[in-house]
Amino acid sequence: MSTELDVFVGNTTVLDEDVYQLWLDGHTVSNAVRIRMEAGALQECEANAEVLHSDTMDQFRTFQMCERLLQSPSKVANQLLFQIPPHRQTMLIERYYEFDSVFAREVLGKKLSKGTKKDLDDISSKTGIALKCCRRQFDNFKHVFKVVEELKGPLVENIQRHFLLSDVLARDYAAIVFFANSRFETGKRKLQYLSFQDFAFCAGQLISYWTVGAVNNVMEDLDVDLEKEFLHDLKDLKVLVNDKDMLDQHKSLVCAQLRGKIKVFSEMEASFKNLSRALVNIASKLTHTKDFRDLFIDLVEKFIEPRRSDKWTIGDLRLFLKHYSSSVHTLEAFRHQVIWDRYMGVIKSCILKMYHD
Amino acid sequence: MPGKLKAKIVAGRHLPIMDRASDLTDAFVEVKFGNTTFKTDVYPKSLNPQWNSEWFKFEVDDEDLQDEPLQITVLDHDTYSANDAIGKVYIDIDPLLCSEAATVISGWLPIYDTIHGIRGEINVLVKVDLFNDLNRFRQSSCGVKFFCTTSIPRCYRAVMVHGFVEELVVNEDPEYQWIDRIRTPRASNEARQRLIFLMSGELQRKIGLKVLEMGGNAVVGYLQCFDLEGESGLVVRAIGTACTLEKISSTLPATATHPSNSSPSKDMKEPGFGEEAPGVPLSSGPPTPLRAQTFSSFSPSKSYSRQSSSSDTELSLTPKTGMGSGGSAGKEAGPLKALLRQQTQSALEQREYPFFPLTAFPPGFLLHVGGVVSARSVKLLDRIHNPDEPETRDAWWEEIRQEIKSHAKALGCQAVVGYSESTSICEEVCILSASGTAAILSSRFMQDGPLDTEHRFEEVVSPGCGFCHIPYDELNIPFPAQLTYCYCCRRYKVPDVLFTTIDLPTEANVTGKGCLIQARLCRTKKKAQGEGNATVISNLLPFLEYELHTQLMNKLKLRGMNALFGLRIQISIGETMLLGLASATGVYLTALPSPGGIQIAGKTPSDITYEQHISNMQKKINDTIAKNKELYEINPPEVVEEIIGSPIPEPRQRSRLFRSQSESSDEVSELDLSHGKKDAFVLEIDDTDAVEDIHALLTDFPTPAGFYSCNTEIMPGIQNWTSAIQMFTSVRVFRLNASLTSQGLNKIFSDLCENLLKSLYFKLRSMVPCCLCHLNFTVAIPEDELIQVAVTAVAMSFDKEQLLENGKQSGEKTLIKAITENDEQLQFNLELNAETPSPNPLSSPKGLSEVGSHLSARALSVDYSSFADRCSSWIEQLKLKAHTIRRGSVKTTSSMEKASPLPEGRSRSLRSNRSYSGSSVAVVKMTPLSFIPGAKIIKYLGIINMFFIRETTSLREEGGVSGFLHTFIAEVFAMVRAHVAALGGNAVVSYSMKECVFMENPNKNQAQCLINVSGDAVIFVRESELESTSVQTQSATTHTSNGAEGT
Repeated sequence: MSTELDVFVGNTTVLDEDVYQLWLDGHTVSNAVRIRMEAGALQECEANAEVLHSDTMDQFRTFQMCERLLQSPSKVANQLLFQIPPHRQTMLIERYYEFDSVFAREVLGKKLSKGTKKDLDDISSKTGIALKCCRRQFDNFKHVFKVVEELKGPLVENIQRHFLLSDVLARDYAAIVFFANSRFETGKRKLQYLSFQDFAFCAGQLISYWTVGAVNNVMEDLDVDLEKEFLHDLKDLKVLVNDKDMLDQHKSLVCAQLRGKIKVFSEMEASFKNLSRALVNIASKLTHTKDFRDLFIDLVEKFIEPRRSDKWTIGDLRLFLKHYSSSVHTLEAFRHQVIWDRYMGVIKSCILKMYHD
Repeated sequence: MPGKLKAKIVAGRHLPIMDRASDLTDAFVEVKFGNTTFKTDVYPKSLNPQWNSEWFKFEVDDEDLQDEPLQITVLDHDTYSANDAIGKVYIDIDPLLCSEAATVISGWLPIYDTIHGIRGEINVLVKVDLFNDLNRFRQSSCGVKFFCTTSIPRCYRAVMVHGFVEELVVNEDPEYQWIDRIRTPRASNEARQRLIFLMSGELQRKIGLKVLEMGGNAVVGYLQCFDLEGESGLVVRAIGTACTLEKISSTLPATATHPSNSSPSKDMKEPGFGEEAPGVPLSSGPPTPLRAQTFSSFSPSKSYSRQSSSSDTELSLTPKTGMGSGGSAGKEAGPLKALLRQQTQSALEQREYPFFPLTAFPPGFLLHVGGVVSARSVKLLDRIHNPDEPETRDAWWEEIRQEIKSHAKALGCQAVVGYSESTSICEEVCILSASGTAAILSSRFMQDGPLDTEHRFEEVVSPGCGFCHIPYDELNIPFPAQLTYCYCCRRYKVPDVLFTTIDLPTEANVTGKGCLIQARLCRTKKKAQGEGNATVISNLLPFLEYELHTQLMNKLKLRGMNALFGLRIQISIGETMLLGLASATGVYLTALPSPGGIQIAGKTPSDITYEQHISNMQKKINDTIAKNKELYEINPPEVVEEIIGSPIPEPRQRSRLFRSQSESSDEVSELDLSHGKKDAFVLEIDDTDAVEDIHALLTDFPTPAGFYSCNTEIMPGIQNWTSAIQMFTSVRVFRLNASLTSQGLNKIFSDLCENLLKSLYFKLRSMVPCCLCHLNFTVAIPEDELIQVAVTAVAMSFDKEQLLENGKQSGEKTLIKAITENDEQLQFNLELNAETPSPNPLSSPKGLSEVGSHLSARALSVDYSSFADRCSSWIEQLKLKAHTIRRGSVKTTSSMEKASPLPEGRSRSLRSNRSYSGSSVAVVKMTPLSFIPGAKIIKYLGIINMFFIRETTSLREEGGVSGFLHTFIAEVFAMVRAHVAALGGNAVVSYSMKECVFMENPNKNQAQCLINVSGDAVIFVRESELESTSVQTQSATTHTSNGAEGT
């Protein structure tokens, strides 16, 4: 005695959000049934295990059928096969594209290629996320990347338009695309303490202020690429550390502002030259692709770690960076104010975001 | 040359990739009608081609227009090899042939391929220019309207009911032709689909001709079925009721602007919305027409009088119970009754078959119900030699119909209502079944025309119980039955139990709620061939039927009920077994005596343990009955003689009635007891079958809290449906792997059905409180050792608040209604400066509404906003729910809006209906019922009758049998919705899946499935949307939220 066939089709597609999550998490049907039972699904409607199994199977099948559509979300709204109310459509799409930040952190900056896909089982065992689920997330990254790559105009908007995602999720995808495109180094041991959210924030900053699309609205190219001219101009900032007068003047201005306001004043005063050189050197090296990819590792090694070992608090750091960047405005000899602000604005917020244990 | 068909191919989208190299498609379209074919240009390298073709024009006979579908084929152009077909769309032109239905077909239709399923969509425009053909000898029947709905459609009224129409056409099945050996499965499937399209077109045309001959203009309850007889051919047959319908023309514009006006006519036909408290044994007759009358008396404006004309027409359909002076007229009516009988008898006898596939009737049409009549016959199929002369099949059905007719006569009835026919085929054996309900009908709608005196007689019979009164001669009962005097009117005899195949009449007095009752039976049978097999089957049939009947009776008593509605017995034959499934909705008819309990008796009460065993069982049964009575709220009311003669009691009188009821509850139980003893049902336990029966009785799973179920249109006792509806189809196939005894099989079959129900409840748990309506089970034995059960039903949510205290709440609801009505009146009175409306005591449909009219009188002196305040504060006092208050006040403030020009108002509400979905795909609701809760059907666009075949040779890759069928059913739904949307509709009512034949061969990785669905495409407008346009945003949001579960 066995059930050979068992289907349920509603005119409005019946979708259980909890089961959807189980499906997205890559559970098998029997696993999902067990989890549902533990969650007390049997108390509802006097169900039994058989009913639950049948329902789970059915839901999983429905999601599988929907998956093809979800891969190009714009089709969801004008397909005819499933009658799904708009708000449920949004839910389906949003949840399908949601990802685990632990997983995203692992993939971040890697090439979204077949090679990486092969490593997914390692990531799966490391993160405890089911392989199936890893694959979906990886394929989503790849898919979004491929679609957006060929498009012109603002990245976040493109993602939102083509995948109908919420603003928050679209921004996260923008970060992933940005990292995959620029191939920033994120895998070094020293960077392990940084979360996906840290990187996503930094990516957001870079996209907003350093890319082509950030300054002019001419939609020529994908704005994942940083503005070459700007990177080139960054070399001019060297004058801040190379010109001794300017360096001294800068130092005295900063010290005047911070005296008595930060605990690590003496250390700061003593190492001002190093501090300034670290930040300016990073700027001047960004034209080289290799150094550019090392942006985050440089920030950590050359600036963040030394401050941490000197036991700077985040408040001290914030005050220092604020006055360090603003006092440049009073340096009359310095003529690259605009470049400086554009550079320091991003670097300041990135450092502050990355300055934690 | 009476017709010009025009088609335009606009665009395609989501086409499949046909060229692997470029990942694109070079698509073009062939448009074919009859033997004429047109082609569009090739639109190169696109998955979203824009053909924007010219108008392709076909000049054809209207006969062809009726028979042929427009066939659209999308192909991929290939320079070097043959063009690949992407898929096809068949478009039924029929809805365009009727002036009152759709005028254009326009929209995105799925491109369907029998091997790959839906492959993209195509946007087409189809129109028909029809020239009038007055040739008497014409073969076409354009203009005859067809309805699947088995009642008079909502926006029509029946001028005349002509009677039964039937027709069948036969053909060879392409699947069994020699050519099938050399053609591809796709070609074979397409040949079959096309043939069935043609045959159903032809059938519909022929039925239409018969209707025209009878002088009618419509077929109601059109039921078309296929018999796939395999080698011996393909039979398409249909039955229906020919009627002359008249459109209630003024309702459309009037209701569009005057929401509350729509309520009278709605209440007439949908007791589901009526506010009559269930279980109140008031035989006051339908109160609504009276209210409608009030309306017309208050109608100074033009649009008003139009509305009132609609209610007047309704009025004329209704027995004017309220007006007649009850008792005396009844006594005079004695001889008249006989006269009436003769009159109608003769009217009906003129007809070949006085059969009516209708299940619900205009008020006053159904006079008495005798009981279920059914006939079956087992036939051996032989090859149909001459398709043009389907005499054998005709003769077979003729036999059965004659038998039904004579059964009805034996019950003293001249007509059979709720009539249906079905077949079950296994190899060369075929069971033909027909069943219906013997009844006596009023001659009012018959051709012969009524006498005025008859009217007077009919007026006396209370509609709440009249149909229960026995039609047959008391001294000459055709079957053993205990007769008692009617518990409502105490004047006529009623049987102890009533089985019918029709829907519960809307005016019937019912106590408590109903529930789905099923009898399930499985019997093994020896394998046999040909005639021997037929003999074995026909010998088994009577036993099967008897057992099903016994089971039904037991289960009915176990639930403390006394009548079955919508009874449908299905018998399926397989090689080694017979399946019987009887489904019905049990109710407690107030007019019938309370059913006795079930008593168990042992034949040989020898030892004590045995006695104990019996008493244990007895206790269990008694407990179950008690529990069920509580569950279904069956508290048989007290004798109701008081009410006779005063159909519309004063409010005060009514409240006294209520009180007296509660006071004399002791008396009721006393009455019950006496009856319980009298007709207790005795089961003898020594009989092994009986043990099984008892077992089966007690293992039936009670519906979980918050759920109700029935297989009829509406559930007695539930009125306040929300707009959330969910139609669904569920199919299960079960494999039996061992040779089992009949009893083992029985249990498995029963569990299968029970588990299926359980799964449905679980699936739909988010809709609680809800009722599964029109639960339609279909069983089949697709192969040896396989049982297939398919269910189509609709889950409808209702408001719990009002369920709990329905008596009180219904009163409140009336009040709201009264307020809105008065609000309406108020508006016109102000505008036209008319005198104060004097609330006519007769006009108040319910006691409370009188207060409502006082209110309006007071409100006349104040402005709208303060009136609104008053309303809301008044309602607040009644502790109504917050949203109701909002509704109330909104209605009032926006009443100025309603005065806007009619067409504009309508178009606006329609537009909003489409736009709220927020997506480019219009939401199309589907329901097996004839109505949509909370909405008004404003137009019928034509019948939807679609037949699809799907086949796969990669079953595993498509997710196995379940994946395959799941996709296919979803595709069928999608195609139905798309075609309805293209006709301009937003819902399908009376939807049914009449055929779902599933065959698989897992070893070959193959499966095939045939599905036939039908329904009526309609346009509905939400009542809340009609209310006002100023609150559109608000209603839009509520709709979207409703759409979550509903649509």
